[in-house]
Amino acid sequence: MSFEFQDVGKPKAEVAARRVMERVSGVDITPHFCRIEDKPLDFYSDFSIIVLGLDSIEARSYINAVACGFLEYDSDDNPREETVKPMVDGGTEGFKGHARIIVPGTTPCFECTIWLFPPQVKFPLCTLAETPRNAAHCIEYAHLIKWDEVHGKKSFDPDNPEDMQWVYSEAVKRAELFGIQGVTYSLTQGVVKNIIPAIASTNAIISAACALETLKIVSGCSKTLSNYLTYNGVEGLHTKVTEFVRDKDCLVCGPGVLIELEKSVTLKKFIDQLEDHPRLLLTKVSVTHRGNNLYMRAPPVLEEMTRSNLELPLFDLMGGIPKDIINVNGMAGKGDGKQSCLRKLRVVFKGVDGISDIDMAGGA
Amino acid sequence: MLHSALLTKILQIWMTLVKIGTMIKLFKVKEKQRELAENSNGRPPVKKQSAGELRLHKDISELNLPKTCSISFPNGKDDLMNFEVTIRPDEGYYLGGTFVFSFQISPIYPHEAPKVKCKTMVYHPNIDLEGNVCLNILREEWKPVLSINTIVYGLCHLFTEPNHEDPLNSDAAAVLRENPKTFESNVRRAMSGGYVGQNYFPRCI
Repeated sequence: MSFEFQDVGKPKAEVAARRVMERVSGVDITPHFCRIEDKPLDFYSDFSIIVLGLDSIEARSYINAVACGFLEYDSDDNPREETVKPMVDGGTEGFKGHARIIVPGTTPCFECTIWLFPPQVKFPLCTLAETPRNAAHCIEYAHLIKWDEVHGKKSFDPDNPEDMQWVYSEAVKRAELFGIQGVTYSLTQGVVKNIIPAIASTNAIISAACALETLKIVSGCSKTLSNYLTYNGVEGLHTKVTEFVRDKDCLVCGPGVLIELEKSVTLKKFIDQLEDHPRLLLTKVSVTHRGNNLYMRAPPVLEEMTRSNLELPLFDLMGGIPKDIINVNGMAGKGDGKQSCLRKLRVVFKGVDGISDIDMAGGA
Repeated sequence: MLHSALLTKILQIWMTLVKIGTMIKLFKVKEKQRELAENSNGRPPVKKQSAGELRLHKDISELNLPKTCSISFPNGKDDLMNFEVTIRPDEGYYLGGTFVFSFQISPIYPHEAPKVKCKTMVYHPNIDLEGNVCLNILREEWKPVLSINTIVYGLCHLFTEPNHEDPLNSDAAAVLRENPKTFESNVRRAMSGGYVGQNYFPRCI
């Protein structure tokens, strides 16, 4: 589907929705023109499947955390089917693309495999400031160094064409000074916004793969690809499906360790229990719950601020809810082999309404 | 090449299949989610911490700063993504000065390096007058296995061993290279509050 000249300036979501509804009868599409973070969690909980066409690691990481946040495990650490929200994620970059299926609790989630991304290309600031050698250095000089010198507090807006034009003209001046060729407006956009020009065939291939996998998931008509398809059309055509495995300790989609507690247990008693828990054996523990740092071992300023929480019941500190995820950081292992680790815990408070279907086996 | 009417028919059958499949699963999922929402005392699911925030929590709770450094959290104990580190060198050219750095952590930390800027105006070959810091581990040498601790140690090192070979402030670098005694007095004058060349440096000692 291509956008037309008269669509320029309108939100892509609205144009795409109208276009598809014109061509395919019986389908109902509601466009939303806003940031994905602006929607509350219960907006996403309404959907049975989420298909992604996002443009950054940050955006994918966010939606992945949202979808995996709905996932619940039973007392045998198996995912509860009715809390699984599958995702189909596609992306393209020039002649390369990928399509992957994420079934929280079964396939790896986005976070399980995030370490596979190569590091971003970053130039040393001193190269930009003193010894530029190519067009990208000149552009980044204008974007990262010259901008602040001239504009002070006002931050650069990559979506503002005037800002982009300013960076482009400064980059041209810089390039002339050093006798460097190749600074163009489109290269400026590419370097500053990490944009690579879109190729229609790549987009068609990847969107077709995503549509097919979505159909398979909702209709059950066939097994989905398992679980990561890569496409490379730079020279000829190469495509492969790789079966990545989950990180069982993944902080986002993993089950964590089930811990059952009385409502009266203080934070201090809870921390002490972790030292003897057979699956944890953690010392020097710090505890965080939904962004609230309940206890921090270090630095001294935070330790003082959170020390008073140690005497309070964990149930109260967690807001009086029957069960939730908390994260703890500490040293695990014995003797010289001690290593720092971050663990996810499923805390369940005994005797609180609403957990009748949890098997009371295992626990602290 | 398929006839367009046939194509439309196929699409319609597909949409019906999708609707049926979706309706069955939707019903089951919505029922369970209504149950879950009621179980948590009717509270809607609250935003969880991102993996980046959790990894940052780990780094911060294991901080082991040298005695010349201190850290503060302007937004309180629950916002670890924005903080300030103050360095008071106890040796070298910058002995006695107080230098404040702001840290801004991205939601995808440690995949992206923290953004660090120097808030104190300083006469230094590797720190420019806008506060940009030339430190390899903040840019091209950043790796997810590094931590806030490594960055702070790197910043301390800038004060004990300023480097004239990677200059952001080329004048300061040239003076350090050619005339270390002049460099020393320029640094002292800047820290006490004064002019070096055309630039005025507020007192930070």
